[in-house]
Amino acid sequence: MDQLLLLGPEIIVTAAAMLVLTVDLVSDRAGRTWAPWLTLLALVLGIADAAWYFYARQNVFGNTYTVDEFLSFFRIASLVIAALIVFASKEYVEQRTKYVAEFYALLLFVTLSIILLAGSIDLIMIFLSFEFLSITSYIMVGYLRDDVKSSEGSIKYFLYGSVASAIMLYGMSLLYGASNGETNLVRIAAAFANAPAGTSNLIVIAIILTIVGFGFKIALAPFHQWSPEAYEGAPTPVTAFISVGPKVAGFAVLARVMITALPHFASDWTNLLWAIAAISMTLGNLVALRQTNIKRLLAYSSIAQTGYMLIGIVANVATGEGLRGILVYLIAYIFTNLGLFIAVIAYSNAIHSDEIADYAGMVRRAPALALAMVIFFLSLAGIPPTAGFIGKFLVFGAALDAAKAGGPSQLLIWLAIIGAVNSVVSVGYYFNIVRYMFFMPPKEMTPVRVTPTLNVSLAFATAMTLLMGIVPQPFITFAQESVKAIFKS
Amino acid sequence: MYIPYLLTYIIFIPTILGTLPILFMRSESLIKRWAILVSLVPLVLSVLLWFGFTPNGTMQQEEVAPWIPTLNINYHLGVDGVSVPMVFLTTLLTVIALFYSSYVINNRVKEYFALFLLLETGMLGVFCSLDFFLFYIFWEIGLVPMYFLIGIWGHAEDRPQYSALKFFIYTLIGSVLMLLAILGLYFQTGTFDLLLLPLKIKAVTDPLVLNLAFWGIFAAFAIKVPMWPFHTWLPDAHTAAPTAGSVILAGVLLKLGAYGFIRILMPVFPGVLASYAGMIIAVLAVISIVYGAFVSMAQTDLKRLIAYSSVNHMGYTMLGIGAAAIAVGNTAPGIADARAIALNGAVLQMFNHGIITGGLFLLVGMLYERAHTRRVDAFGGLAAAVPRYYGLMMLTAFASLGLPALAGFVSEFMIFRGAFAIIPGLAAIGVLGIVITAAFILWKIIQMVFLGPLDQEKYSEMEHHLTPQVVAEYWERATGRMKDMTPWEVVSMVPLAVFMILIGLYPKPIIDIINGAAVSIINLMG
Repeated sequence: MDQLLLLGPEIIVTAAAMLVLTVDLVSDRAGRTWAPWLTLLALVLGIADAAWYFYARQNVFGNTYTVDEFLSFFRIASLVIAALIVFASKEYVEQRTKYVAEFYALLLFVTLSIILLAGSIDLIMIFLSFEFLSITSYIMVGYLRDDVKSSEGSIKYFLYGSVASAIMLYGMSLLYGASNGETNLVRIAAAFANAPAGTSNLIVIAIILTIVGFGFKIALAPFHQWSPEAYEGAPTPVTAFISVGPKVAGFAVLARVMITALPHFASDWTNLLWAIAAISMTLGNLVALRQTNIKRLLAYSSIAQTGYMLIGIVANVATGEGLRGILVYLIAYIFTNLGLFIAVIAYSNAIHSDEIADYAGMVRRAPALALAMVIFFLSLAGIPPTAGFIGKFLVFGAALDAAKAGGPSQLLIWLAIIGAVNSVVSVGYYFNIVRYMFFMPPKEMTPVRVTPTLNVSLAFATAMTLLMGIVPQPFITFAQESVKAIFKS
Repeated sequence: MYIPYLLTYIIFIPTILGTLPILFMRSESLIKRWAILVSLVPLVLSVLLWFGFTPNGTMQQEEVAPWIPTLNINYHLGVDGVSVPMVFLTTLLTVIALFYSSYVINNRVKEYFALFLLLETGMLGVFCSLDFFLFYIFWEIGLVPMYFLIGIWGHAEDRPQYSALKFFIYTLIGSVLMLLAILGLYFQTGTFDLLLLPLKIKAVTDPLVLNLAFWGIFAAFAIKVPMWPFHTWLPDAHTAAPTAGSVILAGVLLKLGAYGFIRILMPVFPGVLASYAGMIIAVLAVISIVYGAFVSMAQTDLKRLIAYSSVNHMGYTMLGIGAAAIAVGNTAPGIADARAIALNGAVLQMFNHGIITGGLFLLVGMLYERAHTRRVDAFGGLAAAVPRYYGLMMLTAFASLGLPALAGFVSEFMIFRGAFAIIPGLAAIGVLGIVITAAFILWKIIQMVFLGPLDQEKYSEMEHHLTPQVVAEYWERATGRMKDMTPWEVVSMVPLAVFMILIGLYPKPIIDIINGAAVSIINLMG
């Protein structure tokens, strides 16, 4: 019973998903009308519960799942994401498909999977949650089943994702073998504690395979090939979701597996992640420069953003600063990227296009929307006073602080420099869209009307993006408290 | 005299009372009047700041409040004798720019005035920040409005979109390198405070850290000044920007870079500057002086010409800064005085360049409104047609070339007086720049535009290509001549002209203010 109390958010979300499905079963109309609000209610309750039990700490389910501050952070984060997605999807889903309630049920399930991933401390539980996340995501990407692009994106996502799962599972099985049959992360760390550092090729291979698997799931370069098609084809609210949700989950798992289970092999995985971070930032930004479709552009942009965040993991070997930086960056990224997608949805609901050229003269047709988008672009590019700047500031700062240790960690200086130069490159494409929005004449002058649900969520995301840039301390404290569980100080 | 929150009011009134309400206003004439009215408030307050300032080397009107305690970041403001003239310059030029714009900007008025006031907040914030993090935030805030000002209201034939992005990217490259340097310094010293940093940095001995941090920050400031070879964004940005944008760009934004050298690089890195970087600054400054002057002479577009003359004039400032920086630790007699004189001259030159070049851009803008061309060879003999304009242009141009009894002379004289005592060879080459400057200003601006006979046919032809609206506004139908300056155009130029003469004749009040700060920075460097 005690254990069940600790799992409030998970239970609420599961129950709500079932309820939404049941309501839809009873009456199709009730499902259409009530599903979004029921979902929202469940999410708000979940957030309240997660906040109330923020400091709870206990292992449950036979040490396969842990409730701690770190999980609390990801519970709140994923529930906030889902809530914003509900606002973003309402008109979009109603306009484009007749299967409304199922969409929200799926959204709740995928949210649950993110929470489960963040709390898993056992390889089997991690793998199962990853599959849960993947399968629900595939379905959501292909939700517009009459749309060829949606189906294409879904299939591609599915094929790549399945291969990735297999690779990851193989890596995990090697870890299981090398640790003499342990699946629990803490016990794996204990089993490796006496192994001579950096000599075990088996473990290095296991680490590589596991990271490759993670890399596919969270779309890090060079394992990102599925993401532009999936982003472009998916219903835009789903694109918004997969640009944020799986990444949030991925960083939770990455932090747990690398920092909890494999601290002994830090020099191996930091080098690998160093390279992946550098490639993701550079490739994501350079390819984004050439995109003409805003959803594809944001796909590459989010690859680059993931690269910046990865710096925090690489820089995290000695201190908790890197992980704290990632969490702050994640908060910033959630509000910024979701806000941006909501703006894209609002505009595409009116112009029925995602081509960047069709954003010409947007400021004349939807000035508030254009202003919000500029703020989001500034935040993604890391220009103050926005949330994204604070995220980059902390992540780059963690890298430079860790580099002080000297020796191989001085490579981190270069990673910070690569990141900084990349954020200049990113201005090239973010502000190319701004150029269309503000400098080009519009094709037509009719004002774009934005529905209240979109307006509310957009205003919230904009306000948070600015607030976090101007008053960052509460967010930093929040992140600081959340990483305590990982860095037991 | 301490006035609580004075600096906060000066910095944020343009945004809080200006930008935000303007976003919700509908009437264009109301927006224009409101913007000018709001911009007058910081001007009045900065006059108050000036007269409430005790001319010594201390920081005054300081405000400290914790902002991000986890990282030891504070909201720390304060001004010394370097900042006060810059704050005044910024508020003055903003009022003039907005006043002038209210007559010529009739397209997307709301965005224009909202952005302009946001820009003012960014610039003022840089001059008042005593926390490196805060400094950086304000530094970046100024970037975005200027990008839009160039891109939206730039002249279509000057590739405004390209120039705006170029300006943005160039400045941002410097900024991000500075950001890394700021972080690097923080993790070495544990502080972002600009008053503590010069003291704490003494404990840092690793030359790699010091040099990397120095060059990171140097990049940001050198691009902004701009020093040769980082200047290539400047002619494009200046040419494309609307008149008031050019005024602010030349008048204030370039000063941010030079101000950064004085406020941050000089006190924090005396060792690096003394060992080799000061010499590099001085050499780059002399190259900027000579190169800027020569390239300026080769221009046929008046705006480009003045833009390159900015490279030249900011070169003098940097020469003064370089000279003051090279001689760290040099105790030979007279050197300390020479350094102080050079630094005083550099700061005064920043102020003078602001009013003089701001004035030049304003005047060229007025000419462009009439003729819709800026090619020097399109004009000729204008002296007789537009005597008021000619008079003000003569005054400003002579101030720019450094005629004694006008502002430019005083500061250039002080810089060279200081520099000759420290780096005579470089100073001697730098003096060449003054000669070339005099040559191109006299030849290209005064002679080609104003002197000679007025070729009536040329102007009839010019008028022929203009829209009826422009002709009605700026040309005399009966004679087919350009109209002389309108009263509001005169009003926007007069304050600048007054300062050119005042500082030229009696620079003591402003030098008194600057000197205390200059001496204390020199002492801090050792």
